[in-house]
Amino acid sequence: MSWISANASTIMERFVDHLVLSLPPILLAFLLALPLARLAVRFRPLRTPITLGSALLYAIPSLPLFIIMPLITGIELRSATNVIIALTLYGLALMVPVAADAFTAVDRDVLQSATAQGFAPMHRFLAVELPLAGPALVAGLRVVAVSTVSLATVGAVLGVPSLGSLFTQGFERNIMPSIVAGIVITALLAVLLDQLIVLIGRVLMPWTRGAGVRA
Amino acid sequence: MITETLTWLTDPINVTGPTGWLQLIGQHLMYTIITLAIAAAIALPIGLYVGHTGRLRSAAVLATGLTRALPTLGLLTLFALLAGIGLVAPVIALVVLAVPSILAGAYSGLESVPRSTIDGARAQGMTEMQILTQVEVPLGIELIIGGLRSAFMQVLATAMLAAYVGNGGLGKLIFLGMKTEDYPVMLAGSLLVIVLAILCDVILALVQRAARPKGIARTA
Repeated sequence: MSWISANASTIMERFVDHLVLSLPPILLAFLLALPLARLAVRFRPLRTPITLGSALLYAIPSLPLFIIMPLITGIELRSATNVIIALTLYGLALMVPVAADAFTAVDRDVLQSATAQGFAPMHRFLAVELPLAGPALVAGLRVVAVSTVSLATVGAVLGVPSLGSLFTQGFERNIMPSIVAGIVITALLAVLLDQLIVLIGRVLMPWTRGAGVRA
Repeated sequence: MITETLTWLTDPINVTGPTGWLQLIGQHLMYTIITLAIAAAIALPIGLYVGHTGRLRSAAVLATGLTRALPTLGLLTLFALLAGIGLVAPVIALVVLAVPSILAGAYSGLESVPRSTIDGARAQGMTEMQILTQVEVPLGIELIIGGLRSAFMQVLATAMLAAYVGNGGLGKLIFLGMKTEDYPVMLAGSLLVIVLAILCDVILALVQRAARPKGIARTA
């Protein structure tokens, strides 16, 4: 405990670094997955490459992905941007198949009724399809958030600061409290984001209250 | 950059030498399989028990959820400090990571079997053990293997980081390259891991498909 209070400011800095690394990929993955998944559902031939691509991408371990990314993007290996891009790809790999399933599960009859009532395509998507797919999308986003928060720590091995730096420095200098603090704070952050997403889901989709969010 | 990496990868010393990448791949797969075997020995019986009886289900769900939120690098470094440098620390950490997926696969595999099928088997006079081994496991096998598959992939990926706390495997190349500022070697190690991971995932996906009992419509 004394180590933690003596190093509170460093821990706080690493916490902020961690947010900078993990929040953009979570948001980007969610926002990019929606159009990609919608395309995959609309144009059948795209479906297989998109879902297969997601599965293969997800099979790639994180550290090697961080290392080969600069070869493709030209971005500096040890930069936050490099980690953010790689984490966004992982988020997409998780989110796109979930979102594609969510859109596929929306009742065709409901969509056709909406069209018959005069909804323009974009309006129909935003006002009918998206809310109906909502609960499944929220479930997918929760998985993305928890996984991204955990994966962001791996960047510390390359020297990109995050809560993971508490692991690498704790290990190199033999400071157990540093590692334990890192694990606890990372896990708490994951749980916190997860619950925040549940809460936002309930506020945006009041009809799911009480029934619980269906996976 | 890529030519340097390819030159390194094809240099016979780096391929078949005592620390060549063939050797490292073998080591990497061995760690993965040992860990998976230990984790399966722990998680499969518990998962099958939970799935068959429905008891302790909420505890199993909670445990799997909690362990998934734990950062793998944190567990590895923690166990390395506790157990010292060697094989024991990474194996314990990897087992902890592998157990939840196998457990979840096992109980959700059994839960996917329709209740009426199990009642039918019981009505025919099958013992609980027969129901488990002849009805529930064959019908839930795809999800059970699915759990093993995701555990395998996670261990394969995290075994890379095990090199950070002082062990072999393919991660060795990456950390060697990192220490000597040798990007082509890091790249070589990364490419090998990526190819290995994708190959393993594809093979396991095929195994999973082949294990599906004939005549059963796909449920999951």
